[in-house]
Amino acid sequence: MAIRFDHKPGLVIYLTAGDPTLDATRAVAVAAIDAGADVIELGVPFSDPLADGPVIQRAMERAVARGVSLRDVVKLAREIRAARPAAGIVIFSYFNPILHYGLHEFVDAAAAAGADGVLVTDLIVEEAGEYLIEMARVGLAPIFLAAPTSPDERLEAIATHCKGFIYAISRVGITGTQQTMTSDAASLVARIRRWSTLPVAVGFGISNSEHVAQVAEFADAAVVGSAIVGLIEGSTPEAAPGAVARFIEGLRLPQAALAR
Amino acid sequence: MASIIVPAVPSESRAGRFGVYGGRYVPETLMAALVELEREYDLAKADAAFQAELADLLKNYAGRPTALYYCKRLSEQLGGAKIYLKREDLLHTGAHKINNALGQGLLARRMGKKRIIAETGAGQHGVATATVCALLGLECVVYMGDVDMERQELNVLRMRLLGAEVRGVSSGSKTLKDAISEAMRDWVTNVRTTYYLLGSALGAHPYPTMVRDFHRCISLEMKEQILEREGRLPTAVIACVGGGSNAIGAWHAFIADRQVRLIGVEAGGRGTALGEHAARFRGGSPGVLQGTFSYVLQDENGQIALTHSVSAGLDYASVGPEHAMLHDLGRAEYVVQDDAAALDAVVRLARTEGILPALESAHAVAEALRLAPTMEARDILVVNLSGRGDKDMGILARELNLQGA
Repeated sequence: MAIRFDHKPGLVIYLTAGDPTLDATRAVAVAAIDAGADVIELGVPFSDPLADGPVIQRAMERAVARGVSLRDVVKLAREIRAARPAAGIVIFSYFNPILHYGLHEFVDAAAAAGADGVLVTDLIVEEAGEYLIEMARVGLAPIFLAAPTSPDERLEAIATHCKGFIYAISRVGITGTQQTMTSDAASLVARIRRWSTLPVAVGFGISNSEHVAQVAEFADAAVVGSAIVGLIEGSTPEAAPGAVARFIEGLRLPQAALAR
Repeated sequence: MASIIVPAVPSESRAGRFGVYGGRYVPETLMAALVELEREYDLAKADAAFQAELADLLKNYAGRPTALYYCKRLSEQLGGAKIYLKREDLLHTGAHKINNALGQGLLARRMGKKRIIAETGAGQHGVATATVCALLGLECVVYMGDVDMERQELNVLRMRLLGAEVRGVSSGSKTLKDAISEAMRDWVTNVRTTYYLLGSALGAHPYPTMVRDFHRCISLEMKEQILEREGRLPTAVIACVGGGSNAIGAWHAFIADRQVRLIGVEAGGRGTALGEHAARFRGGSPGVLQGTFSYVLQDENGQIALTHSVSAGLDYASVGPEHAMLHDLGRAEYVVQDDAAALDAVVRLARTEGILPALESAHAVAEALRLAPTMEARDILVVNLSGRGDKDMGILARELNLQGA
């Protein structure tokens, strides 16, 4: 178990845990891994997801209403780890659920569950002192976001503290789909490479094979979130794993093959 | 009850801390903008021309200094302490919010930003922002929860008249918290062109410090006025606390005067169960919400709780980080007054002094009504009357049955 991108391009698949149910998320995660996902990001439902667009907001609202907690997500990580020992598993959360759980207790539980890394959306490197100490104590990879607006000195700090991979945000804004990739992403990844040899995954607004192919030209992996969460929203719990697997298989196919 | 979590350790590398509280808990995309804002604010603060323009607008446009009014009839009826009102309600646009909106509006113009976004709860900050944008020729978008748009409709209409676009927010509790989240989403998306004119002493550094500085004029004037009138400092300064901007402005010049009690009044709403009130210091615990580490009303999973108050401006699940520090230090006392007490205070002040307070400010008046009779004639209470109640006429008409027999 480790974060590795064996496929080219690598694929990181984000799921809002517990939407529609924890069982469904587990089944979707396993199907996604079998379809070629290198890393699964388990999104922890939060009442106030201020960095997320409408699709993930709705998914979180449903999961919060069902009472899905960080504790449940840690348990889910353990189950996915047991089912698929080689896959990368990252817990993706806002900071407050982790603080409330207890930083010390959370990293112990996440490591024991077999998670590889943690990404906290609203935790910047300057505020991450204790978090980094705790993460290092148990050997979990802290993954930070790098933004197109991050100046070089911030990218250097982010590169210094990241392990596993660096998550480059493709554009300014919140999560959600977009029509075309901006030039922000390529130049951001090029800047990150000056300070790090870690793999770089590009996310936000990546929703089809054309985007994935574009990202593959300059980065190691693509992160697909809202497109998958939206697909699950439109499926029954029974149909979701199959639908997500087919979608993921299609993400690595060239556009021409899809058109046939 | 409040659960104990591992508190953040204060550190040199962490900007904008009030004890362990405050800081910057934001998506990385906003960090460059916050750093730029901090730098530009520091430059503006030290710029005599900026300060002179702000002082001129505060005086000739907003109407500062505001009066310090002695409530003779009310004080005599209650017996005990003398009650004074700091009349922020007399300011242009009807509340203290204009102090900060003018300061940040000038800062935004100085930074070359043409598009302003803001959140609003009661609508007073939205109206103040829309007003300043009209004055300075800036584009203005205000986010407001659907519940608040309905209960503060008059302010929605005022903002539109002033040329602002009011965007309703239908997520979560549809109140101030959700308006802030939506404003932050807009800012993350348009960060290169947009200035976020945050309206309370909340959010990521430098907002809590900057907003407090722009409201500090309240306590500076208050101190001078009470010394002139009474020859001594007040026994206590009472203010309502939503995010906490009017309270921190009314207190800041008195923090070093240890003999002056600082009393903050939170909204008790309609009950003590989670979701029925907005009393963060009674039912909350330390946590991170919308950029800052402070007291937060939250459930056992760290989900932010819903809140209730008859006053939209106090209906918020967290509180400014400087208040969290003053609370833990014991320098300020935080008490609770509920919806019914606030409504009673509106009626009492209106019929005794002919002054109609905003429902937010009425919580502070309610505490003065309770406290004054327990004190001596030599005691002096100053209530920061942060806003006027015209905006609340719809709620008051319903709650007080003003249209009935």
